[in-house]
Amino acid sequence: MRERTAEGLEPVLAVNDLSRSFGALTALDGVALEVAPGQVLGLVGPNGSGKTTLINVVSGLYKPDRGAVVLGGRQVTGWAPHRLARMGLNRTFQIPRPFKDLTVLENLAVAHRHAGGGVRTAQELLATVGIAGMEHRRASELNASQQKRLDLARAVTTGPKVLLVDELGAGLGPGELDEMAVMLTELASTGMAMIVVEHLLGFLAKLTETVVVLNAGSPIFTGSLQAATQDPEVVKVFLGGA
Amino acid sequence: MPEQTDPDPATPEAVDRGTSTPAADVPAVDVPAVRPAGAAAGSEGTPAAGSKLGSQRSPRSRGTLLRWASPFVAVAIPVALFAVAPKLYPNLLFLVTMMVYVVLAQGVNVIYGFTGYLPFGYVGFFGVGAYASSLAILDTGVPAPVGVVVGAAGAVLLGLLLSPLLRLSGAYFAIATLAAALAVESVISNPSLAGITKGPYGIDLGSVYNARADYVAGLVMVGLSMAVVVYLRRSRFGLALRAIRNDPVSAAAAGVDVVKERMLAWLISSALAGAAGAVFAWGVSVFYPTAVFGISTSVFAIVFALFGGVGTAWGPLVGTAVLFGLYQAIGVSDPQYAQGIYGLLIVALVLFVPGGLAGVARSIRRRRA
Repeated sequence: MRERTAEGLEPVLAVNDLSRSFGALTALDGVALEVAPGQVLGLVGPNGSGKTTLINVVSGLYKPDRGAVVLGGRQVTGWAPHRLARMGLNRTFQIPRPFKDLTVLENLAVAHRHAGGGVRTAQELLATVGIAGMEHRRASELNASQQKRLDLARAVTTGPKVLLVDELGAGLGPGELDEMAVMLTELASTGMAMIVVEHLLGFLAKLTETVVVLNAGSPIFTGSLQAATQDPEVVKVFLGGA
Repeated sequence: MPEQTDPDPATPEAVDRGTSTPAADVPAVDVPAVRPAGAAAGSEGTPAAGSKLGSQRSPRSRGTLLRWASPFVAVAIPVALFAVAPKLYPNLLFLVTMMVYVVLAQGVNVIYGFTGYLPFGYVGFFGVGAYASSLAILDTGVPAPVGVVVGAAGAVLLGLLLSPLLRLSGAYFAIATLAAALAVESVISNPSLAGITKGPYGIDLGSVYNARADYVAGLVMVGLSMAVVVYLRRSRFGLALRAIRNDPVSAAAAGVDVVKERMLAWLISSALAGAAGAVFAWGVSVFYPTAVFGISTSVFAIVFALFGGVGTAWGPLVGTAVLFGLYQAIGVSDPQYAQGIYGLLIVALVLFVPGGLAGVARSIRRRRA
């Protein structure tokens, strides 16, 4: 299941045999993957296949039952999220979770003052994610798409080496998707590694060639997106074995 | 498309276990990061990310001098007002009690207004502060002002003891703190512990009674409590607390050590209540457990803070002055109906002024803008 990263670079994030159960439900079962600096890895799979759980475990929200997370050569398995954030691993949320009572600028300030590692000004960052000029608006006044952008900006403020992007595309229009794809590609070109969970395969295709397909908590395919769509097992999982 | 079998990420386990990892290898994070946007930092319009992000207001609305002065004003004005108040209304016990409530309301503000935890059993810290200071004064002979410090320390100890309650939230937290306060009261008032706590027979601090000195202690505590809240309004710490109040999961993702910061807020809030209890004990000098563990003290502190507006520096102060003043006025003019009128008043306030006075002020300011 493991594959050397394309450019032969040392992986910045390596996940090994990662497993996690909730009661009788095995959400993750022996997941292994690696990303190199600047690489974008797509993570796809049907609902309930464990994609978000993987992000939650890697980002420290849940402890794994088994397995290891290695960030920049360092064992960080089971570390609390704030320490991972300071170490250079951050994430966005499927449903954006800005600090709603705080202004846009204050939202970034929290991240900057506690885990700041980025090299951009808040203004540059807001312009990059497409919400320039909203510095002093309360986050609760932003619409869903703008909140997603703020979520992304907050994560980028911490200067992550690895960014876990959880369904950024959901609920966005076609124009916005193109815009987001350009934005993420630009971020990756600065050397940021990304794992992108996505249902929208067209959107994902703009970001990366390489995907891991999860089913029932285990990877069933690693390779190009093109090959994945022709893999019999992947097709069966997505179409429910029909 | 949410994944149905994935558990709700809103109830994470990790946010509550930030202390479980070894502290030795905290990574280096102080890379000078988000650069200030040009030289205009903090003077006009768009504040720089690095320097001005923590402050609450956009600097557009205020002059630089005013911004500099406002924290000192927020501390100095209340202290000055209370300092001259005895000349206008020489009922020292009433004024001390009002100051005690200002401190309590600000303590509620710290833990509820900034962190979102409503401590219904807040009076437990007050009572422990009253007892810790009194027993220290009686048993070890420390001067009464030192007793106030001991009272704060005693409450901090209780805060540490109760810190696991911070794992709860909402009503569960409120009820658990209330239960804890009742438990502490029943221990202290237990007749078989009378040798240590004087049990239900109460405390007599007559030997150190000094109304003027106690009044000064009250002034110091009012100043301190205002300073704490002003600091929270402007500091990195306060910003972290507001982030936690909004969303602990996001706060952790933004690098905030949720467990540590929340704990600090909790202990600061405990200390304020403990010191308030000590000042109160010294002021009344004779009291029974019921006097310093009454649930109404919690309710008053919370209502005063909410009425004024939590999360602000002035709200709890003004809320206490208005409502406690009214309470006293009704109590003097119509003592037989005082509780009833007061209760109805509070219901009306909650119904018609839910955002507190600070909310009213904010909407007036917005309408003008």
